[in-house]
Amino acid sequence: MRRLLPGLAAVALVACEGRQSVTGGDGLHSGQFNSLFLIFLLVTAFFYLLVIAFLVAAVVRRRGRAEDRPEKSGGEGGFRLILIGWVALVALGLTGLTAASYFSDAAAGGARPANAIRIAVTANQWWWDVRYLDPVPANTIRTANELHLPVGVPVHIQLKSNDVIHSFWVPNLAGKQDLIPGRITDITLIPRKEGLYRGQCAEFCGLQHAHMALDVTVEPMETFEAWRRSQLRPAPPPATPLAVTGYNYIMTQECSACHNISGTPASGQVAPDLTHIASRRSIGAGTFPMSRGHLYAWIADPQSAKPGNHMPYVGLEPHELHGVVAYLETLK
Amino acid sequence: MTVLSGKELPRDGVKLSGEALHYRLDKTWSRQPGLWGWLSTVDHKEIGRRYIITAMIFLALGGLLALAMRMQLARPESGLIDPDRYNQIFTMHGTTMMFLFAVPVMEAVAVYLIPLMLGTRNIAFPRLNAFSYWIYLAGGILLWVAFVLDIGPDAGWFAYVPLSGPEYSPGKRTDVWAQMVTFTEIAALAVAVELVATIFKQRAPGMTLARMPLYVWAILITAFMVIFSMPAVTLASSFLLADRLVGTQFFNPFERGDALLWQHLFWFFGHPEVYIIFLPATGFVSQLTETFCRRPVFAYSAVVIALVSNGILAFGLWVHHMFATGLPRLGYSFYTAASMAVSIPTAIQIFCWITTMWLGRPRFDTPFLYVIGFVVTFVIGGLTGVMIASVPLDLQLHDTYFIVAHFHYVLIGGAVFPLLGALTYWFPKITGRMMSEVIGKVNFWMIFLGFQIAFFPMHISGIMGMPRRVYTYPAGLGWETTNLISTVGAFVVALAVLLFVLNAVTSLFRGRIAGPNPWDAAGLEWATSSPPPAYNFAHIPLVSSRTPLWDERGHLPVVTGLRVDDRELLLTSVLDARPDVREPSPLPTIWPLLAALATTAMFVSSMFTPWAVVIGSLPVAAALIFWFWPKEPGLPPEPVIE
Repeated sequence: MRRLLPGLAAVALVACEGRQSVTGGDGLHSGQFNSLFLIFLLVTAFFYLLVIAFLVAAVVRRRGRAEDRPEKSGGEGGFRLILIGWVALVALGLTGLTAASYFSDAAAGGARPANAIRIAVTANQWWWDVRYLDPVPANTIRTANELHLPVGVPVHIQLKSNDVIHSFWVPNLAGKQDLIPGRITDITLIPRKEGLYRGQCAEFCGLQHAHMALDVTVEPMETFEAWRRSQLRPAPPPATPLAVTGYNYIMTQECSACHNISGTPASGQVAPDLTHIASRRSIGAGTFPMSRGHLYAWIADPQSAKPGNHMPYVGLEPHELHGVVAYLETLK
Repeated sequence: MTVLSGKELPRDGVKLSGEALHYRLDKTWSRQPGLWGWLSTVDHKEIGRRYIITAMIFLALGGLLALAMRMQLARPESGLIDPDRYNQIFTMHGTTMMFLFAVPVMEAVAVYLIPLMLGTRNIAFPRLNAFSYWIYLAGGILLWVAFVLDIGPDAGWFAYVPLSGPEYSPGKRTDVWAQMVTFTEIAALAVAVELVATIFKQRAPGMTLARMPLYVWAILITAFMVIFSMPAVTLASSFLLADRLVGTQFFNPFERGDALLWQHLFWFFGHPEVYIIFLPATGFVSQLTETFCRRPVFAYSAVVIALVSNGILAFGLWVHHMFATGLPRLGYSFYTAASMAVSIPTAIQIFCWITTMWLGRPRFDTPFLYVIGFVVTFVIGGLTGVMIASVPLDLQLHDTYFIVAHFHYVLIGGAVFPLLGALTYWFPKITGRMMSEVIGKVNFWMIFLGFQIAFFPMHISGIMGMPRRVYTYPAGLGWETTNLISTVGAFVVALAVLLFVLNAVTSLFRGRIAGPNPWDAAGLEWATSSPPPAYNFAHIPLVSSRTPLWDERGHLPVVTGLRVDDRELLLTSVLDARPDVREPSPLPTIWPLLAALATTAMFVSSMFTPWAVVIGSLPVAAALIFWFWPKEPGLPPEPVIE
């Protein structure tokens, strides 16, 4: 318990403020996680204390001395019974924990609710491609490295990978689910509390595994709908001369080969969609918070910002760099 | 009892004992001095020593990598190590610790101790033993030379496909990893076969299965586990090499291969591997508890049954590494139950050790401190293991620092602590001198406390959402403090390991002379001088209890009649160790080394062209032919007469 107490304290502490914490309990399943974790913690702490108490009692009972002669076996009859009792107790504890785990898991499984919002997430080295699916194809939204979810509404997320194995993990909302090339997996979330959360790839996926995060915003339904409507709008035309310079650069140079900006000729599909990049909380899949300075840094040399990512160093002239950043900042 | 036939050959016995016998046996069993003799030796003690020292060097190297990682993670967004190097470092750390330290060191200690504990003169298949060491050494050198040349593997010690496949890991890095696996698997399998044969057929007369020391039981189970689990990873790494080098598609989902096949094969080996490391450590704990509590371990048969069931259950758990892959949920329940069940045998063993302490009179010499440190630490690792056997808990904690904490509690607490205790305990047997008790005790407290400081906070880092295998992390997620504490602890552990090495080296020259049985222990390995002569025992001991040196104090009965002019072993029957046949033991030869070199050349060049397998097999075949060249027929086999 000496060791477990600080652990428990930390768990309580973290539960208050972590935006990437397994004890957040901000989703239906992660709420169940907390009660199950507590049950396990208490039961295992009980057994640990039992073992340590027995150990301490055993070693302080009779100190040996160097000249002690070894003893024969014997005088241990009672302990055979205690051993049987001990095995029974351990087995009972484990059975209880297995049952608790099973029922918690069965509750988490369940059918996919019909009213669920449908999202398809495709993992790439090292970013998340996100599509909000809609029966009307024109109403499909594409974004990257972020999820907006209405509070209390089930969300069904279909998971695919374009390259290696990744793992989708927003600890405050639910446990992880791997994305495996050649397979389609899925996960259902029910966010319970509004807030800003952070998810992160949880399966080692190569050089920039550390920089493959996902911003999650859980908000009221109205705010979510407003966001959804805004995401459906194409990009506005550039308004200032500086932004026009940037617009022209993006449409005529390397950028548009990989990136998509709806409402413009840029329609590349292999890199994050930029149509509403300025409305996101971070860039480079959570590498930096969104800001003008970080946009400059990223575009000037993506390879120094996140070494090894698939966006090449282009070498923009200063006026081109100013223009591109100015234009991207208009993509709210 | 005399094992003999009436021929006029020189044998040990009443007519030949003492100095004269030592002279004759020494002449027969010693290797020739000098480099050639050193390279061609087949003495299990010499090879065991080399194996132990090499494995400890790899422990130190792996530990340096751990320090590098802890330096990088001490603060957020650190630029100390770039991601490419970091990924190589954590891959090398895991690979070195699992393949080049943990499994080999456990087998190495067994290679040294088992023949002595059984009262025989050499291990079975001693030339294979020499071959095994050279192959292991070659695999380790291959990996580390590659790392120094910046072609160290970087796809993790688990090398999941498709990340480790031809498309996402171009270059030679993963080939080096996969081929290193082949080397170490061959080495491990060879030793496992030797150990099983030695334990089954070379026990001293009278040492029935039920009288074997518990450590021997642990090694027997471990050796069988190696034999059943290692082929899975050898197959997996061969598939991977074939995918990478000759264009097969075993793991390519777009050509009807399967990415999850790798995980099944890898963990079918990878989970039992944890027990391959842990069971020998429980053997150490049993021996140390017996000696330092001054009585036989409580409930011998319960401990043996626990070992056997651990060995079997360990093969039914591998899917608990794959709960997040989306396999059917019903199947998961089975693996949850199995993973929970595996803690029952371990709980039995823990109970039996503590009961032994209760019934006995514990003596707090350094080795026994490690036993106590083991229980206090390992049980935490076992209990966090129970937590992550649960699917809902594992789905959150999987691949976080909670897991890193869990398996270091299990592997360092459960295996390295007993190993350090065991090395302190058997050091006098191996070197003839005692390690310093004072330094040893300081050393224990440093490593015990340093370990808790380094690894306990990792539980919290993981609960706070910190994933594994990240080369850096952002500030503001609350991970800074716990990571800094872990780094401080890691340095304390490193200092403690350094102190252990210093203690060992100084004790080697200045330590107190030990004598044959400094701890007044009960096993046969303490019945011969420290260090033992080349032939181990002048006369083969005769065993009539589980604790022969305690029950036959000062007059251990022996059997006589083995030849002294030729290397001869006494083989006994499997169950009750009745004298069976007398068997010649092979002479030293250089061919295992040459065969290992030829195999190395073949394996290394096969990373560059598949033809190397065809052409390279010719020198290997040639070396094997000379290795197995039949000896001139000696005397006709003689019956064993009781």
